[in-house]
Amino acid sequence: MDTRLHTLTMTVNSRQVSVEIQPDELLVDVLRDRLGLTGTKIGCNEGECGACTVIMNGQAVLSCLIPALRAEGCHITTIEGLSDGDVLHPLQQAFVEHGAVQCGYCIPGFILSAKALLDRNPHPTREEIKESIAGNLCRCTGYVKIIEAIESVAGQES
Amino acid sequence: MWQAYEMPTSVEEAVNTLARYRGQAQLIAGGTDLIIELQEGKHAVQCLVDVTRIPNLDRIERQEGWIVIGANVTFRQIKDSTLLQEEARVLPEAAATVGALQIQTVATLAGNLASALPAADGSVALLALDAEARIADTHGQAWQPVGELFLGPGKSALDPTRQMITHIRFPVPEGKHGSAWQRIGRRRALVLPILNCAVCVGLDPDGERFQWARLGLGPVAPVPFRAKECEAFLVGKPATADAMRQAGEIAAGEAHPRTSLLRASKEYRLEVLPVLVRHGLERAVAQAQMRTA
Repeated sequence: MDTRLHTLTMTVNSRQVSVEIQPDELLVDVLRDRLGLTGTKIGCNEGECGACTVIMNGQAVLSCLIPALRAEGCHITTIEGLSDGDVLHPLQQAFVEHGAVQCGYCIPGFILSAKALLDRNPHPTREEIKESIAGNLCRCTGYVKIIEAIESVAGQES
Repeated sequence: MWQAYEMPTSVEEAVNTLARYRGQAQLIAGGTDLIIELQEGKHAVQCLVDVTRIPNLDRIERQEGWIVIGANVTFRQIKDSTLLQEEARVLPEAAATVGALQIQTVATLAGNLASALPAADGSVALLALDAEARIADTHGQAWQPVGELFLGPGKSALDPTRQMITHIRFPVPEGKHGSAWQRIGRRRALVLPILNCAVCVGLDPDGERFQWARLGLGPVAPVPFRAKECEAFLVGKPATADAMRQAGEIAAGEAHPRTSLLRASKEYRLEVLPVLVRHGLERAVAQAQMRTA
């Protein structure tokens, strides 16, 4: 059966993009390989680690499980969309300052989960923070510094 | 993995699209199980029929004596529903334990039901709620008790190349009713359960005796399981700690968990099961007693 290329149009990091894809490409691969946005990482490739987390229409989702064509007309934020030129987003700054980054591989996913939380709930409790990142695994840090980094940003936005 | 991706905008269009592909197309909603199965080569499909853009399937509503949940309702919506927290707390509590937030945001209750897995959290809760699913195909639509959809582990009576669930509903109990979800796993997120337990109870108007009880358990059988002996035992019994402890023992007697290399041994599950059931009963009874009859 002939596979036609489909045109996928979506807004990524506030810019509209149109890209020709195979119908069975997944969002993570379109972001990384077609759009060159390799900040989104592939960890397990089966929705169990959170490294591929992006924000889709305001909510954190696992891009390795999303058929790219489902993102038609949607707003996607990847880690590349957070900094403003050389100026880091407060979450990125906080992660650096709190020692929340070791190997760095899980971090884009964590930051986007945290951003999705703070965008809808600017003053979360520690429990709410932990719940929002429960879908992100880190093998290096033990999570304490990550939580402290997010808490510090949650405290600032008042 | 697939050569075509369709996004119908009505149930009719969806079932007609499926019919057109004669078994070579399959439904997808959240896809959090299906995408993995397709990557592993467990199925081959030519076309995925994505139902998430069909309008009006994303509501949770009270309709006369029923709560009706659309097929595109996600676990996250269920978790956040104040209506469900009030009338069927077991379901949002179960939804909160599925995977993690990123999965709950896209995964649907209907998809969980269609998976027919013995520990599927949504399915175990719906079984205890005496839920029904509305199944649509090119011949029409009909309600079916969810228990009839489970034929074996991973084997659903639904044919996803031909049929779709449009809605799920369950009756809202009256009087002093309560429910609770208990689950235990090797960690608290991103994990399949060692055991899960959905308890729904109704007490007499004084809140002192059980009038009825429904208990869903997983994975203790090839399919989501109703502990009918335990349920029968509770009818008429006083809502005391002793009765609930006995009920837990009876549930453990009729359940047949297996040893899972990844999760837990049969022996461990049988130790924990009565405790889980007792905790669920205690919480459900407490909620029921707080209601004014």
